Amino acid sequence: MKYNRANQPVSPNDFTHAAIANNPAWAQLLGLCPLLAVSNTVANATGLALASAFVVIGSNTSISLLRRIIPDIARLPCFVLIIATFTTLTVMLLEAYAFDLYSRIALFVQIIVTNCMILGRAEVFASRQPVGRALMDALGTAVGFALALLLLGAVREVLGQGTLMADMDLLFGPAAAALQLQVFAVPPLALALLPPGAFIIAGLAFALAQSLGSTAKATTPHAEAQKHP
Amino acid sequence: MTELGLILFGALLVNNFVLAQFLGLCPFMGITRSFDTALATGLATTFVLALAAVTSHTLYHHLLLPLQLAYLNIIVFIIVIAGLVQVIQLYLKATSPVLHQVLGVYLPLITSNCAVLGVTLLAINQALSLLATFVFAVGAAAGFTLVMVLFGALREQLEQSNLPHAFAGTPIALLSAGLMSLAFMGFQGIGS
Repeated sequence: MKYNRANQPVSPNDFTHAAIANNPAWAQLLGLCPLLAVSNTVANATGLALASAFVVIGSNTSISLLRRIIPDIARLPCFVLIIATFTTLTVMLLEAYAFDLYSRIALFVQIIVTNCMILGRAEVFASRQPVGRALMDALGTAVGFALALLLLGAVREVLGQGTLMADMDLLFGPAAAALQLQVFAVPPLALALLPPGAFIIAGLAFALAQSLGSTAKATTPHAEAQKHP
Repeated sequence: MTELGLILFGALLVNNFVLAQFLGLCPFMGITRSFDTALATGLATTFVLALAAVTSHTLYHHLLLPLQLAYLNIIVFIIVIAGLVQVIQLYLKATSPVLHQVLGVYLPLITSNCAVLGVTLLAINQALSLLATFVFAVGAAAGFTLVMVLFGALREQLEQSNLPHAFAGTPIALLSAGLMSLAFMGFQGIGS
């Protein structure tokens, strides 16, 4: 089982498979908590997407590099410690460079460590593959998760707040304030920003994904193996 | 006493962790397909959450802060939670095989339940006292159990019903959770 495809070269397929076909959010239902909690605006969603990307890329690469050293019997605690280290680094970086945005999404940055999506990639992919492929897979996972976060974030921000990409200056400096678009003068559905709106809009989005065919049920056996442990 | 009562009630209903703060959604969506498993998961989580919050609070205030290592809190707390889960599993196996059989499968999942780490971190961030932390954790866990059980009962019905293909499974579960969350918003403002 181990190193089953280890000698395959790095290919863009790893990226697209992780980002689209095996998308962490809509194909595997992983990382639901941050997906619903932080998708109220595009700015918050971008912040968490970048933070999660940093953690999944860092931990996947390190775990792949260390895969021959980590003893098989203690691999899960090792993975969790590596992920927790990268999460702590992310918290420190955000505290230093984007404090205002961080203080809005602080709790969900701190609990990236319990995001099953990241542990899943470590266990199923990074611990068995060379570093190039693990990096491709991490990039794909990060982009896939960001896609889901940003799509949901955009819909909820437009409906609930009437704007698109407000407050981007909190993340990318004062120049980014110009990115803000005013779509509606009066927000058409204020509920979208509130918790019930998150559940309902995500439910409708999943229904759309399901009717388009990329459903959680139609995943490959490969994806089945990395559902919640 | 009133303050503790407010913390308990607030964590249990007003700011329900699943429906208002989006913590613990993985078990909420993943293992509430029947009433019994929902109840067992809820009880196991309550036990771990209360112990983890109190242990982490003690370690944070008596070890990390004096040594100026507060930035290590995430790493230390996740070790505490994973360790507690292991210890409880071994203890139950040795002393109460019946309880171990009921809760055994659900215990390891608690380590990756973000509600446990989330509540522990929130209690530290809000600078609660040790007693208040315990009450907060019990309230949060009771709220989690309540919602798990209610939703488990609801999903037993949903599994039987004839739904359009697009909505079967997760989408209808999320929509039902949205309506439940709407109902829980009725508690907003109580105690403030």
